[in-house]
Parts: sequence; C-alpha cells; structure tokens
Amino acid sequence: MSEAATLTGEQAPETKEQQREARRSRFHARINRATPYLNVTGLGWIVPLMKIIGGESPKAQLGEFWRLLIVPLLAIGLFLATWGALAPQIQTSLGEIPGPALVGQQVVNLYDEHVEERLKAEAFYERQEKRNARKLAKNPDAKTKWRQYTGKPTYFDQIVTSLITVFTGFLIGSLVAIPLGVVCGLSKTLNAAFNPLIQIFKPVSPLAWLPLVTMVVSALYVSDDPMFEKAFLTSAITVTLCSLWPTLINTAVGVASIDKDLMNVGRVLQLTWWTRITKLVMPSSLPYIFTGLRLSLGVGWMVLIAAEMLAQNPGLGKFVWDEFQNGSSQSLAKIMVAVFTIGIIGFVLDRVMLAMQAMVSHGEVR
Amino acid sequence: MMGLLGSKPVLAEELPVEKDELKLGFIKLTDMAPLAIAYEKGFFEDEGLYVTLEPQANWKVLLDRVISGELDGAHMLAGQPLGATIGFGTKSEVITAFSMDLNGNGITVSNEIWKEMKKHVPKGSDGKPVHPIKADALKPVVDAYRAEGKPFNMGMVFPVSTHNYELRYWLAAGGIHPGFYSKTDTSGQIGAEALLSVTPPPQMPATMEAGTIYGYCVGEPWNQQAVFKGIGVPVVTDYEIWKNNPEKVFGVSRKWADANPNSHLALVKALIRAAIWLDENQNANRPEAVKILSKSEYVGADSEVIANSMTGTFEYEKGDKRDVPDFNVFFRYFATYPYYSDAIWYLTQMRRWGQITDEKPDSWFHEVAKKVYRPEIYLKAAELLIAEGKANKADFPFGTDGYRAPQKHFIDNIVYDGHQPNQYLGKFPIGLKGKQTAEQAITASR
Repeated sequence: MSEAATLTGEQAPETKEQQREARRSRFHARINRATPYLNVTGLGWIVPLMKIIGGESPKAQLGEFWRLLIVPLLAIGLFLATWGALAPQIQTSLGEIPGPALVGQQVVNLYDEHVEERLKAEAFYERQEKRNARKLAKNPDAKTKWRQYTGKPTYFDQIVTSLITVFTGFLIGSLVAIPLGVVCGLSKTLNAAFNPLIQIFKPVSPLAWLPLVTMVVSALYVSDDPMFEKAFLTSAITVTLCSLWPTLINTAVGVASIDKDLMNVGRVLQLTWWTRITKLVMPSSLPYIFTGLRLSLGVGWMVLIAAEMLAQNPGLGKFVWDEFQNGSSQSLAKIMVAVFTIGIIGFVLDRVMLAMQAMVSHGEVR
Repeated sequence: MMGLLGSKPVLAEELPVEKDELKLGFIKLTDMAPLAIAYEKGFFEDEGLYVTLEPQANWKVLLDRVISGELDGAHMLAGQPLGATIGFGTKSEVITAFSMDLNGNGITVSNEIWKEMKKHVPKGSDGKPVHPIKADALKPVVDAYRAEGKPFNMGMVFPVSTHNYELRYWLAAGGIHPGFYSKTDTSGQIGAEALLSVTPPPQMPATMEAGTIYGYCVGEPWNQQAVFKGIGVPVVTDYEIWKNNPEKVFGVSRKWADANPNSHLALVKALIRAAIWLDENQNANRPEAVKILSKSEYVGADSEVIANSMTGTFEYEKGDKRDVPDFNVFFRYFATYPYYSDAIWYLTQMRRWGQITDEKPDSWFHEVAKKVYRPEIYLKAAELLIAEGKANKADFPFGTDGYRAPQKHFIDNIVYDGHQPNQYLGKFPIGLKGKQTAEQAITASR
C-alpha cells in the first residue's frame, strides 16, 4: 500500500522540497489508511481536519467537515429543541411528558441514588464487621459469615447486568449458529432439512419464547447451590433463541457462496475435512459471518429489554417496568433516561461489531 | 459493651438459621411496609438474616416463584396460601405464620360512573354523601349498561385475592351479581351482572383511564392515585365493608418452612418488630415509613399519595377527605396473629363463589385453616421477642383458640362466626350454599 514511500527512499539525496513532499505523501497515505476505521467508529469528521493540517484545500475539506460533524450536531440540537417545546403540551396522568431538562435532572438524580446506595452498602459491611467481631469476642471459635450487600441494584448495576446477559445469550447463540450454519452451507441436503425450521422460528417474538423458557429452566436447572440465577439464564436463553437466526442464515449463505475453484483446489490437494473447514471455508465466509453476528447482537439487545421487562429479570428492562409501576412524578423522566441509555448502548454495540466486521472484511463493509 | 451495667436486656443469641441469604418478593403496595421497615431498620440483620427484597410483576408470578423456590417467601394475598394448598389454580402447599395487616383496600369507580352513581347516594345534612356508600347506588347504573347491552367491567387483582372477595361482597350486598366460578369455567363470570377480571394493582389506574374497566378494588396507593390523577373516585374502603378485615400474609412454601424452621422463625421475629414499629405511639413513625415506602425500590409512588392513607385519612371525592384512623393497621388489634377464623372466612368466600366447587363439611374448613395458618410458629417468635425485651406480652393473644369472637361489622350486617362456616354460607341471598353448583344456583334464581 505504501510502496511509494519506500521507492522515494531509494533515490539520490533529496532537496528540502522533495523531503517535504515525501513527508506529506506519507502523511496522506496514513490518513487514507485510517479513514475506513475512523468512519466505522463514527470519528470520520477527524479526516477532513487532518487533511487541512496536511495542507489540502481547506474549502473542500470544510465542506466535508460540515457534513460529517456540524450537520448531525445541528440535527440533534433541533431535535432537543422540538422535544423541549412539544413535551409540555402533552399532559398524562403522571404529569406532563418530561422535556430534555427534566430528563437531564433525572440522570443526575440516578447518579446520586447510585452514590447513596454505595454508601448504604458500606454501612452494611461495617455493621457486618461489627457483628462478626462481637461474635468472635464472645466465642473465638464462632463461625463468622461474610455476606454480599442485599440492597437494590442501582441504575448502573442494571446496565452492567443487561450487558452481561446480552453477551452471554449472544455467545451461546453464536456457538450454536456458526457451526450449524457452516454445516447447512456445505450440504444442500441439510440446508433443505433445516430451512423450514429456521423460517418458522425466525419470526417468533421473545415474549412467546419467554414462558416456555421460564418453565423449562425451572424444571431442568435444579441445584442447591446454583452457579447462575435462574432469571439470568432465562433472559440469556431467550436472547439466544431470538438472536441466533441472522448469524445462522448469513453463515449458511456465506459458506454456500464460496468460490467453487477454491473447494476444488482443496479436493485436489486432498486436504482433510477439518483443514478444509479451517483453511478454506471459514476465512472466505468470515465477512458474512460477521454481518450475521452484527445483526444478531442488535436483535439480542432489543429482545433482552423486552424479556427483562416481562420476566422481571434484573436489568434495564426491569428498571423501566418498575418505574412504570411506581407511577411517581419522576417516573416518566427516568424511563426516558433508560430509553436513551438503551439507544446509546445499542448504537455503541453496533459500532463495535461494525469495526470488527471491517477488520475481517478488509475495510469493505457490506 | 456495657451490657452488664445497663438495665438493657442482654443481646439475644441469634438463632442458628439454616439459610441466611433470603430473597423475598413483594408487590408494590403500601401494605408491604413491614418488609421494607424490617429491612431499613435492620431488624432482619439483627436476626442474622441477609434479605433481598424484590418487587414482582404480579401475584401469579410471585406465587409461582415462591413455589418454585426462586423466592424464599413473599408478601401474599391471604387467599393465596389457602388457594394454593386446596389446589385452586397452582396446587402446592404454602403456609403462613404471620398476618401482615388489616384493611387497606378501597373500591374506586371512574368519574363517569360516579356521576351516575351519585344521583342514587343519600346525602347528609352537610350535602356530602352518607358513608358507607353501598352498591345499591351502583345497581341502577349497572342495569342501565346491561339494558344497552354493554358489559359492565370491573377490575380486581387476583382470583383468590381479598379484593375479589371484597368487591363481590360489596356488589352482592347491593344486589349486583358478581358471577360464579365452576369446575369448567374459571372466569368467575357465570351469571354475572358485573364482569370482574384480573389487572395487576399498579396498572389499575391506567386500565381504568383507558376505559377497559369502569371501576376496581385494589390496595393503596392505587385508589388515592386515582384521586390525584383526577381519573376516578374511591367510593368505599374495605374497613366499611368489613371492619378490621385481615388483608395480606407473609407466605412461604411448606417445603421451605420444613427445611428452614429457624430462618422462618427469625423472619417472623423481624416482621413482628417491624409491625410494632409501624403502629407504636399512635402511628408516630408513619411519616418516616411513608418516606421509606416512596423510594423507587419499594412502592415508588409519590410520598403525598402514600401518606394520604398511611397517616389516617382517606380522600374519597376530590376534597372530601375523611378520617379513617384504622385504614392501615399493622399491629393493633392482634393484626399480625394468624387467626384460623380469618383463614376460614376466605374459604367460605371461595365456596360462596364456586371456586370450591363442592359442598365441604365444617371439619374440612377447620382442617385446611390449621394446615395453612401456623400460629404456633408466630407465638414462638413472640415469646423470643418478649424474652429479649423487644415486645410486650399483652400485645399477643396468648391462650386464644385461634377463632375471633363472632364479627358483626359487615356492610350487610350479617354476623360471621368462624366456628360454623356452613351456617354462615346459608345466610347470603347471593352465593352458593349446601350442595349447590354454580349452574344450579343460576337456574334456581331465574
């Protein structure tokens, strides 16, 4: 890619002018290389700025910069203004729909609650220490116990819980979907066998799976000292059931569309089946697989919130539902905070997957 | 430290609890207060229990999770342990050794219905409606709806809930048939003039606002919420339907109680202390309790809504605030003692409306009550507290046979004696008696 630079290096000693030229072209090459990654991570607006520094015509680059950063910011500003103006017009029985200011206030409020809860937790541990010390003073051989804080999970705890759950479900889903997809892609017969099932299960809503999953988990996951909470498993498995389809379908398509010549080469070289899978099939279908994974994670995140809401499993969904049930004058604003949190996390997850996809498919994002 | 010098009782030995990390479920209602107080005031911790309180989506989920063992115990409707044990709905043995409170519910109707109803409510000299408002005033409204062929829908919180029986009691006392259950039809709407269906408490106001139901019977704060939101009018409290009626219990599965007797005992101890705290010095602690309950992890409604009933007043029509000092009773009048007669009253209502499909002898009622209600555990906890100096002997009904004296204060003036359930059932003009089934009763009344 940057062979130009190495070529210039072999020439006779250059003038200052030439050196500067070389530096500039190196700089450009670097910018151009970085561009797809910056675009993927949503930092594309840095590129025109760098180019201006690199000495390109500011006018054209400023246009780019305007389009990439200023316009979106203006749009967000306009949205906030419209929302702020329209929200107070709607009176619900929980008071007016909160505007941006009230929602911002609740962000602060939720953070304060988080801090307060942490203080309570510290007090709890202190009391526990004291109790244990008292016990030991009475009887040096007494068994003391150390227990986790039992208070409510704060908003930030709920976010972490949701993320752990969605990734668990997504991971299980991927472990099932990718091998199955490879098998379906390689064999037309198997594909024909699985296809109707996939088509039937794909559109099923998480809310329909949930009661079934709950019952099955309750029946099968019985142990005195469970490693995972039942609720966590229920949510994760529901995510799995809803999110594995895009990965499965994309993997099958990716594997099926491998260049026939490649497969023939594999046959000629008499590669083992396993080598063929790892050396030929997987690498060439990776872009497809990652496209599937990205879709799956998006679906999984959406499904998770619904599952948590219905099953009352810990996480953001439960937070929303609890607030709705509370019906206090702050509830709506808190729910809005959750809506934005869910949206922003979903966006970040998507970008992360997009970046990974870009890496495996050499910058071209399907 | 100076325990030997002070006159304070020596710190009691913690019970050797079998399980100390417990998860207890509750529904967002004011009467979950004993749980919140026992947690916030450290009563659970004093017993060496590390309790997590978890709000549940609805009564069904709560009960299923107690039965499946996901929850160690929960704030339950008095009818739930009884219903589960006799197999109405989910069949599984659930017991209770602690009754959580008395009263605390109300019946609310939408503004529209109230406007119609008000025409038939007698007025006092001050121009205000005379209380208690009876369902007689609602009857013409229901009849008008039925004449137009519109179903008259009302909400209650669960088939075996206090609210279902109270709403039915109130309607039937005013001559409105609330419908029967039968073996084959568990909708509870056989022959009904008012159609009752289940809605989770926190969604009651929203459901009424949406016009799906015209009224409901629910615990606080969801009646006062309707007044605050201006969407409905509470017409009667359950205190007026049946003075000092038992409302919620703390239920655990029998399997759990057998495996963890000491944990159970410790829980009951902590809950009794919380109940004492809630009622001591003429409700002096109620404002603090309201503040705790309004936190989002407990009831979460605005504190002024919760305060309305918790501090001894109740607002009916907007501006018509009346004193109901005993609207929420947590400890007075032996509120926390699990009386067999309370259990039997619920069983009679289950029979009255056909949830118990066949005639049962009196002995059956007494047996079921003794299977589910466990005063012996309660009294053991009380004795421990008295020994620790945390409670007074006079506050517990030691020596009772488990039956309250015949109770007279019902809205229709029918007297209830827990010793004779079948005789009691015979007194109701609307309801199954003797060998009747729902279908027979409907044909007989035509």
